[in-house]
Amino acid sequence: MVKVAIFDYGAGNIFSLKSSLEKNEAQVDIITNLEKIKNYSGLLLPGVGNFDPAIKSLNTSKVAFQDLVKNQIPVLGICLGMEMFFEKSEEGKLGGLGILDGEVILLPNKFKIPHMGWNNLQIKKPSVLLDGVKEGSWVYFVHSYRVKPKNEEIIIADSDYGINVPAVIENQTLFGTQFHPEKSSKVGSIMIKNFLRVCKK
Amino acid sequence: MTLTKRVIPCLDVDNGRVVKGMHFKSIKDAGDPVLLAEKYSQEGADELVFLDITASEQQRETIKSLVQKVAQVIDIPFTVGGGVKNLQDARDILLSGADKVAINTGAVKNPEIITKLMEIFGKQCVVIAMDVKRNYEIKGDRHIFTSDSKKFWFEVYIYGGKTPTNLDAIDWAKEVERRGAGEILLTSIDMDGTKEGYDIQLIKEIVNAVNIPVVASGGCGKPKHMLDVFLQTNVDAALAASIFHYKTHSVDRVKEYLKENGVPVRL
Repeated sequence: MVKVAIFDYGAGNIFSLKSSLEKNEAQVDIITNLEKIKNYSGLLLPGVGNFDPAIKSLNTSKVAFQDLVKNQIPVLGICLGMEMFFEKSEEGKLGGLGILDGEVILLPNKFKIPHMGWNNLQIKKPSVLLDGVKEGSWVYFVHSYRVKPKNEEIIIADSDYGINVPAVIENQTLFGTQFHPEKSSKVGSIMIKNFLRVCKK
Repeated sequence: MTLTKRVIPCLDVDNGRVVKGMHFKSIKDAGDPVLLAEKYSQEGADELVFLDITASEQQRETIKSLVQKVAQVIDIPFTVGGGVKNLQDARDILLSGADKVAINTGAVKNPEIITKLMEIFGKQCVVIAMDVKRNYEIKGDRHIFTSDSKKFWFEVYIYGGKTPTNLDAIDWAKEVERRGAGEILLTSIDMDGTKEGYDIQLIKEIVNAVNIPVVASGGCGKPKHMLDVFLQTNVDAALAASIFHYKTHSVDRVKEYLKENGVPVRL
């Protein structure tokens, strides 16, 4: 059984993600620091919260987080969790984890904000996380910001909301989704399974 | 393709059972919330709303364990409301498995809670539930509308639709958006339970007043009503309870019907 950890910033629904992982036969612990991260085969940064308070809760773990990425322990960042991979966000004043170059910016206001609901995935290239996921699959978004990676090659899929919103990023063992796989019905479950498969290796 | 219109079954819960009322009164038992949630999720519901309808007036907390049980059987988003007074209530609900919290009375009495919640949890978690009724006593600074040559304004109610607040619904919608709400769950008290259709005029006015998503609620008695609200307004989602509870129409068939008639839905 693969053992993974969910980092709790104290501001989100971790329960759904935990259930979703457990349904896919993972053993899941909730952690609030990365001291014992070596005991796990993967880490998830969940997707509910606000940038600054979430970053603050990770602050003492920044170095540990960088080590973990270096050591290729798989990480899946969901929504805010993915946004924190970058250098900074328009949502907050504090710096991000800075693992990926680029920033997080507000969605253009020609459409309603938040971008909330089911939208299609436009898959750009084959990837580990989207293995078995069909082009045009519906996934559930709820966010006000989008990521803008310096290296656009890491964008695996996007979604049309007036502009192309990066929906999935993948950089070696670092994975991110702007939508919520744990809330995206059967399609989301495929991605959770794919992530756990990487964790097993 | 862009966002689809969302179809949202609502579970009004009282003492652990799903109930359905008429004009917020005459409550009728409609089933086990866990079984209904599972059924709707499998049928392709886009989201669920779970309202502990007695929570606010009886000063009772939402039944956390029930929320947990419901959340365990579904893999779609989930809003929970009822009796959310402070940050701790909201955190409890989110940690029990909800993705959003809906607040009505708590926000009217203490509007600062909207901003506080937004700052901690993100605005996408903060849903303001507005229960609205037409008031035909015309007052000076209200937004006045006309229907069947009668003049009225839209008034916000609290405590499960029992207590008028004197608040103009258009002003309140703008205020909650400004304070950081991520969505408005808009219920017409006049239409709720009547099965005669949504209050199209109310929904149109609120949708036009704000730039956050709005969920239409109150009055849906058949799939045609849902089609009407999607075709006649720019609303993002439509909520219904009784048409789904009593097996008259399954969620997937309602969505197929919407799609056949030109509404973009997830199937």
